[in-house]
Amino acid sequence: MSRQSRASEISSLADLFAVAFQIEADAVARYDLLAEQMETYNNPELVAVFRDLSRAEALHRDEIRRLAGDIDVVAHARGLKTWTGGESPEEADLGSAHYLMTPWHALQLALAAEQRALAFFTSIAETTEDSEIKKMAEEFREEEAEHVNLVHRLLQKHPRPPESWSQDLDPPVSQE
Amino acid sequence: MSTAEMRVACKPADYKSDIKPIWCPGCGDYHVLMSFTRVFAELGLPPEQIVVVSGIGCSSRIPAYTNCYGFHGVHGRSLALAAGLKVTRPDLTVVVASGDGDGYSIGGNHFLHACRRNIDMTYVVMDNRVYGMTKGQPSPTTEPSFDSALSPGGTGLRPFHPLVIALASGANFIARCFSGLPNETAAILGEAIRHPGFSFVEILSPCVTFRPDEKEWKDLVRSAPVPATNDPAKAARRIMTDDGFNLGILYRGDRRPYQPSVPRPNADLSELEKEFEL
Repeated sequence: MSRQSRASEISSLADLFAVAFQIEADAVARYDLLAEQMETYNNPELVAVFRDLSRAEALHRDEIRRLAGDIDVVAHARGLKTWTGGESPEEADLGSAHYLMTPWHALQLALAAEQRALAFFTSIAETTEDSEIKKMAEEFREEEAEHVNLVHRLLQKHPRPPESWSQDLDPPVSQE
Repeated sequence: MSTAEMRVACKPADYKSDIKPIWCPGCGDYHVLMSFTRVFAELGLPPEQIVVVSGIGCSSRIPAYTNCYGFHGVHGRSLALAAGLKVTRPDLTVVVASGDGDGYSIGGNHFLHACRRNIDMTYVVMDNRVYGMTKGQPSPTTEPSFDSALSPGGTGLRPFHPLVIALASGANFIARCFSGLPNETAAILGEAIRHPGFSFVEILSPCVTFRPDEKEWKDLVRSAPVPATNDPAKAARRIMTDDGFNLGILYRGDRRPYQPSVPRPNADLSELEKEFEL
């Protein structure tokens, strides 16, 4: 089932700020949860990656709140009927987590999430007829594009692991 | 929901406890926890007005991970506990969490009668079609062809159909969700909690360790093609003919919830405690 895009349902600048804020807040929640999972499974390298990603999203979330000024983005996001039914474009896929995953896998999750967010804001910028919404959506699009580039740069430091990355010499097996 | 007038401004994180979940990374139950905290925040319920009751199993660990009142109960008996609680404290919002083994096998009989009684609570079953906590035994919803060390060549058994059973037994609200869509799940959980009577929500929640094949569910699930009905006959046809991957509210009944008049105890708590002194 594909994630629903509500780009066409942004009808005011307040809607855009609220949705953008919610996207980042949800992304922070996901990365924190992934970091917690990796703490539980003693994968400190991944904990650091997910905490860094969470911090980056939190900075973006706080920046959006600042830009929104007097708009109560949290309350406004709750009021958006279109938001509650679908999934946030930038949320990492928790179902892809694995206890032996590597930074490359974490960055692949992040890359997919950033690319969805980029597509989301691009769609708004290209379809809205409101010049203010268009201008702000373009700003968000540029930021997401920068995030995509950042993840690509990080991936150069963390190349794809060998096929045996998930090999566990003491794996969980069905009881016999 | 009986505490609508008590809305508070809480964030989802306010409903999360400090205890870190120990589910396997990738487990669908993480998403379900996320849906729980999101819907509680959305409903604006104070944590102390919510009780999450569970039985035994991976999914039943969820009360510990919330900041609400919780009861990690006896295997298969979560509904019995929850029914007693809701009858005596109708002011509380009661959410019951279970899995396919706990809820449909060990607790199968309680499931039937909870549907029949139609007490105003929400029953959430995280269905991964396997006993995950005890290392991969087939559960009532496991496919007959599931080939494992414990079921060589498959079980050959027809799976239990919980939604049909719920409808036939009198559940007043029936829905199916997929854990990988936590916002959509939260929205449906909100409808289930608000709906009077016994609401049953089956959440397809993959077990990535003992059923890695369930990772494919995200590509199989789809929104139900038709809106919810209040006609049990239509709902029965719909539920019996779908392939188990249609998501959404499938039945929204209008039976009056069962709420017996139970006098509030007038004994002092310390008097009750004396009865348990050793």
